[in-house]
Amino acid sequence: MIPGSFDYHRPKSVADAVALLVKLGEDARPLAGGHSLIPMMKTRLATPEHLVDLRAIGDLKGIREEGGDIVIGAMTTQHTLIGSDLLAAKLPIIRETSLLIADPQIRYMGTIGGNAANGDPGNDMPALMQCLGASYELTGPNGVRRVAAREFYQAAYFTALETGEILTAIRIPVPPVGHGYAYEKLKRKIGDYATAAAAVVLTMSGGKCTSASIGLTNVADTPLWAEEAANALVGTALDKAALDKAVALAEAITSPAADGRGPAEYRTKMAGVMLRRAAERAKSRAKN
Amino acid sequence: MAKAHIELTINGQPVEALVEPRTLLIHFIREQQNLTGAHIGCDTSHCGACTVDLDGMSVKSCTTFAIQANGSSITTVEGMAAADGTLSALQEGFRMMHGLQCGYCTPGMIMRSHRLLQENPNPTEEEIRFGIAGNLCRCTGYQNIVKAIQYAAAKINGVPFQEAAE
Amino acid sequence: MNVQAPIELTSAERAEKLQGMGCKRKRVEDIRFTQGKGNYVDDVKLPGMLFGDFVRSSHAHARIKSIDTSKAKALPGVLAVLTAADLKPLNLHYMPTLAGDVQAVLADEKVLFQNQEVAFVVAKDRYIAADAIELVEVEYEPLPVLVDPFKALEPDAPLLREDIKDKMTGAHGPRKHHNHIFFWDIGDKDGTDEAFAKADVVSKDMFTYHRVHPSPLETCQCVASMDKIKGELTLWGTFQAPHVIRTVVSLISGLPEHKIHVIAPDIGGGFGNKVGAYSGYVCAVVASIVLGVPVKWVEDRMENLSTTSFARDYHMTTELAATKDGKILAMRCHVLADHGAFDACADPSKWPAGFMNICTGSYDMPVAYLSVDGVYTNKASGGVAYRCSFRVTEAVYAIERAIETLAQRLGMDSADLRIKNFIQPEQFPYHAPLGWEYDSGNYPLAMKKAMDAVGYRALRAEQKQKQEAFKRGETRELMGIGISFFTEIVGAGPSKNCDILGVAMFDSAEIRIHPTGSIIARMGTKSQGQGHETTYAQIIATELGIPADDIMIEEGNTDTAPYGLGTYGSRSTPTAGAATAVAARKIKAKAQMIAAHLLEVHEGDLEWDVDRFRVKGLPEKFKTMKEIAWASYNSPPPNLEPGLEAVNYYDPPNMTYPFGAYFCVMDIDVDTGVAKTRRFYALDDCGTRINPMIIEGQVHGGLTEAFAVAMGQEIRYDEQGNVMGASFMDFFLPTAVETPKWETDYTVTPSPHHPIGAKGVGESPHVGGVPCFSNAVNDAFAFLNAGHIQMPHDAWRLWKVGERLGLHV
Repeated sequence: MIPGSFDYHRPKSVADAVALLVKLGEDARPLAGGHSLIPMMKTRLATPEHLVDLRAIGDLKGIREEGGDIVIGAMTTQHTLIGSDLLAAKLPIIRETSLLIADPQIRYMGTIGGNAANGDPGNDMPALMQCLGASYELTGPNGVRRVAAREFYQAAYFTALETGEILTAIRIPVPPVGHGYAYEKLKRKIGDYATAAAAVVLTMSGGKCTSASIGLTNVADTPLWAEEAANALVGTALDKAALDKAVALAEAITSPAADGRGPAEYRTKMAGVMLRRAAERAKSRAKN
Repeated sequence: MAKAHIELTINGQPVEALVEPRTLLIHFIREQQNLTGAHIGCDTSHCGACTVDLDGMSVKSCTTFAIQANGSSITTVEGMAAADGTLSALQEGFRMMHGLQCGYCTPGMIMRSHRLLQENPNPTEEEIRFGIAGNLCRCTGYQNIVKAIQYAAAKINGVPFQEAAE
Repeated sequence: MNVQAPIELTSAERAEKLQGMGCKRKRVEDIRFTQGKGNYVDDVKLPGMLFGDFVRSSHAHARIKSIDTSKAKALPGVLAVLTAADLKPLNLHYMPTLAGDVQAVLADEKVLFQNQEVAFVVAKDRYIAADAIELVEVEYEPLPVLVDPFKALEPDAPLLREDIKDKMTGAHGPRKHHNHIFFWDIGDKDGTDEAFAKADVVSKDMFTYHRVHPSPLETCQCVASMDKIKGELTLWGTFQAPHVIRTVVSLISGLPEHKIHVIAPDIGGGFGNKVGAYSGYVCAVVASIVLGVPVKWVEDRMENLSTTSFARDYHMTTELAATKDGKILAMRCHVLADHGAFDACADPSKWPAGFMNICTGSYDMPVAYLSVDGVYTNKASGGVAYRCSFRVTEAVYAIERAIETLAQRLGMDSADLRIKNFIQPEQFPYHAPLGWEYDSGNYPLAMKKAMDAVGYRALRAEQKQKQEAFKRGETRELMGIGISFFTEIVGAGPSKNCDILGVAMFDSAEIRIHPTGSIIARMGTKSQGQGHETTYAQIIATELGIPADDIMIEEGNTDTAPYGLGTYGSRSTPTAGAATAVAARKIKAKAQMIAAHLLEVHEGDLEWDVDRFRVKGLPEKFKTMKEIAWASYNSPPPNLEPGLEAVNYYDPPNMTYPFGAYFCVMDIDVDTGVAKTRRFYALDDCGTRINPMIIEGQVHGGLTEAFAVAMGQEIRYDEQGNVMGASFMDFFLPTAVETPKWETDYTVTPSPHHPIGAKGVGESPHVGGVPCFSNAVNDAFAFLNAGHIQMPHDAWRLWKVGERLGLHV
C-alpha cells in the first residue's frame, strides 16, 4: 500500500497555512496527525496533490483557560489531552474519551482538531464536543469565525469547513463543578471505531437531574446531539422510567450503517445501551 | 514530485537524505538507512510492527512520511543495546521470559515498551496490556510479553523480579 | 599425588550443563530477533533488484474483455507488465495445486474471485509499481456470482470453471456437477445406518466452521534471482516447506532441480499460510528469468487476507447415535466443503478432506461414516491447515460440539458423557472406526486432573445459581462453561498413506560433529517461530552429550539441508525430531566403537554416562564425546572411516496423537452480546516435553488464535462476492487487552513409536481451544434452549441470539 505522489508544505504560522490552502485550492489537504488521511492515501481513496502539514505551527498547540472556557489548540494531541492536569480538573470526560481513541501510538500523533474536523462519523471527539457545547474556531482567508460543534457536521466527511479554512482551536464552556460525566464506547477491540458510543454530561441537585447533554458516536453519518433525550432526563431522578424514555428518544434519531460491527438495528440498540450506562455512571459521579 | 532534503538523527547518528515526499518513514528507515528491524505487518496502522521512537513518542512509521520526521530524533530497535553489545533490560526481558516467537513483532513491541517504561516505570499488568495495545503479536498470546516488560521494569528499577503466581 | 584433581561433576550436574531435553533453555534465535537483526525476506536486498505488484480483479466473477497495459508500460521505471497472454506460450498461466487441481497464475479470460491476480507489473521500486497498477485498464463483463456453497450444485448454478468443464473426473474421482470438485467417503455406511436405526437417541446438528485466514504478521513474499550465465535460479521466500517449493518450481519452470536454490530465511509466522505456492512466486520467477535481474514480490495485508489461502469453510452435518444412558453407538457426518475458485488445499495427496476422519475424537464407538463433497464458489482458493493438522480442527469442532448437543438432548452433564465414552488407556493402540490407529493416551487421567484443577462441580453449581438469578431478573449476565477434550492427529506422515506431489512425507536430519566437538545439524523442516534452533539442539545435546550451546541448527537452505517436507501440521517434532534422534544414535554407535578402541576394551564393556562412554565397573576410565570427536578425525580405529556424522530420513511408522482437556468459564452480557473470558485452563499431553518454556509459549499463542477464531475472526463475502473486512481493523486479531489470561497444565503419555516419545504441540491449543470457547458460549445459552449457535461469536451475533430468545424486553 503506497500513496500517490504529492508536494509537501510545512508552514510555520496559521496565516501561511491558510495562504497555502487558498492558493492550492481543492488539490490540497491539511495534515494533522495523519492517521485518518495517510491510510486513505495508501489505499488511494485520497489522492491530494499537496499536503499542508500543520505540525510546525506552535500556535495550534496547547490547552488554556480563558474566561469560563477551556480553549484547546487544534494540533494538541490526544496524548497531551490525557496528560493535562487542567483538563483532569475541569473536563475529565476529555481524558476518559481520549483514552478510548485508537491505541497508544496513534494517540501520540492524533490531534483533537484532526479528530473533530475530519468529519469521520467514527471519530469520538465530534459527539463529545457536541455534548459539551463546544465551538470551533475556523481560520480562513477572511479571518476567524466560530461554528458550534452542533452545527458543524453535515454528512460523512462533509463539514462547515470552507476551502482554505483550518480548524484552529476548540472552545469548550467549562461544566459546573461537581458535574457528572461518562463516555461509554462499545468496540470490538482496541483500535476499532465505536459500534456505538455515548457521551453524557449532567448535573444533579437534591436528587434530581438539573441539566443534561448527550452526544452519540458512529450511529449516523454525522455525530448526533440527542437534545430531546437529554431533556427527558432533566427534572427526573434518573430512574429507570426516565432512562427508558431517554434511550427511546436517542434510538429514534439514529440511522447507523450495517458493517462488520453489526447490523443497523444492533447499533441503534447499542447506542441506547451505551447511553443508559453513561447516564448511570454520570449520575454516580455527580455531586448532589 | 521533487525530492526534498531532510536532516534527522537516527540512533544518535546524524542522517541527511533526499526523499520523495510520499516516502513512508518505514521505507526510509528500512531501505535507505538499511535498518531492517522495524517491519510492516498490516499497512494500515493497526499492528505496530513498524513502531519506532520519534522525539519521545512511539510512532507507527508505516503511517508517517519520512519528510514529517525532518529535524526529529529517531530511535529504532537497533539503537537499544549498549555500544558493547549488552542487551537492554527490555531485550533481555523478552529473551528471559520467552516474550517472542517468530520475532516479527518484537522490534515494534520493544520500542513501544521502551516508551511505556519511560513514562510509567512501574506499570501494573493492566497498564502494560493497555500500553502495548497498539502492537499485535500472532505468536505469544501476550502473556509472556507482559512478563518480559515486568522483568525489564524490575531490572531498571533495581528490584528483584518476581513472577506473579498464575 | 600432589597434583590437584579437577573437581569432578556428578552425572546430574553434567547433564544439567548440557541444556538438553526437558529444560527451559532460553532461545538462541532471540539474540538476533531482539536486536532487529533477524533476516526476513523483505530484508533481502540485491543489486538491481526490481519490484513486482499485482493488478487485481474488482469483480468476483467476470469475463475479461480486454487488458490495456500500454499506459502502465509507458510509465518511467516500469520494466514489464505480464498478463496471462504472456504466460500462455510458456504454459505457465496455470499452475498445479497440491490438491490435484490447477490454479490460474494470472486470470485467463475470466476472473473467479475478487482480488484475483490479473496482471503483474514489474518496476524499479515498489512506489513506481504501485503507480503503474493504477494505469492498467481492464474491461470486465460481469457474470452471475456464486457465493453460497449450498447453491453450488443446483442445476442452474453458474458455471465457474470453464477450463475444466468437460473434465468430469477430478483428482479424487468423478465430479457430479460443473461446480463439484470431489466426493470422498470413509467408514462403514451400512453398519452406521443400522446403528442409527437401533439407537434410543439420535442427535443431529449442522455445525459451520466459518472461513478464516492464518494471517501471520509477515505476509507472503519472495525474491527471485535468475543468473542467466550459470542458468541458476535463487529464490528466497516465506516458505514453510522450502524443498517442496524447489520441486514445484522445477516441475513448472523446467529448470533442473539442482540449479534451483531455495532459501527460506527467518519467517514472521506461518500458521499454514506459507505452505502453498502462489501466483506471486511464479510471476517473480518468470519476471526474473525474462529480465535477468532479481525481482521482489511482497503482498500487502489486504492481498494476504483476500487471496493467499483461507482456512476452514466447512459445513458439517453431524449426527451421533446413543443409548438413553449415554453410550455412543455411532457417528455420521457429511461435510459440504467450500473450496473457493480452485482446489488449492494443502493436504497430503490421498486425503482431499485432510484427516477429517479423526472426527470420532476421543471416544470409543464401534462404527462411523464420513462423507465430504467439495465445491467451487467465487471466493479465494485455499483450505489450508491454519495452525492445525489437515482439517483436524474442523473434525475436533464437529465432535466436541456434537458431544455437547447430545449431552443436552440426553439431559446429561457433558463432562460425564465424555468420561463415559472415553477410549480407555488399556485400549491403546486403538483402532478408530474411521481408520486411524491412535498410538497412546490416558484420557480419564487428564480429564480428572483438569476437572479438579478448575473445580468443575463447583462451577456448575455456581452456574445454576446464576441462571436462577438471571430468570429472576437480578443479573443480565449468562455464565457459560466450555469443555473440550480433543485428540489430534499430527506428524504426517507415514509413506504408506501420506505424500505431497508424490513425495513421501518423511523428514530428515543431518548431524556433523566437528573435530573440536561442536556440531552443525540441518533439518528438512523450517521454523517460523517455533524455536527449532533451540529445541533440536536440546535433542542432540541429550543424545550425544554435547552442550546445546555448542550445536548450531540450520534450516531453510535447500542446497545444504537434507530434503524434507517442511513445517506444518505439528510435524517437525514427530518427523524431523525423530530423524534428529535417530541420526544422533547412529553417531553414538560409531562413537562407542571409537571409545572402545581408545580404551582398549570391547564395545559391550562400555556404558553411556551423560556425555561419555565409561568402562562398566571402572567409572574413572572413560572417553568424553569431545575426546571421541577429536579421535574420529585424528586416530580413527582401523577399518572405520574417519569423521563423525550421520544423516537420517525418517519415515514415521504412525502419526502421533496429542490430546488435551480444556476448560473455559465465560460471562456474557446479554444486553450488548459482549463475552468475557473469566478463566481458561489448558491441559496438554504432547508426550515427552523437549522444552517446557517453548511448549507453554506455543500453547499461549495457539489459545490466543483459537480465541480470535471462535470469537470474531471471519473472512466474509457479500452477495456480490465482495470480500469484506480484509484489514486488521475488521479481521479480529485481539490485542493484549482483549486476550484472556491462560493457565497451562500437562500430563505426559509418551508416544510408543517415536524415538524420544514426543508428539508435537504447536497446534493443539488452536484445535482444542476453538471448540472450548464455542462450547462456553453455547453452554451459556443452553438452559434457554437456544440450539446450536454458529461461530464466530462476536458481540452482535450473540446479541441476536438474545433477541431471538426474547431476552431484551
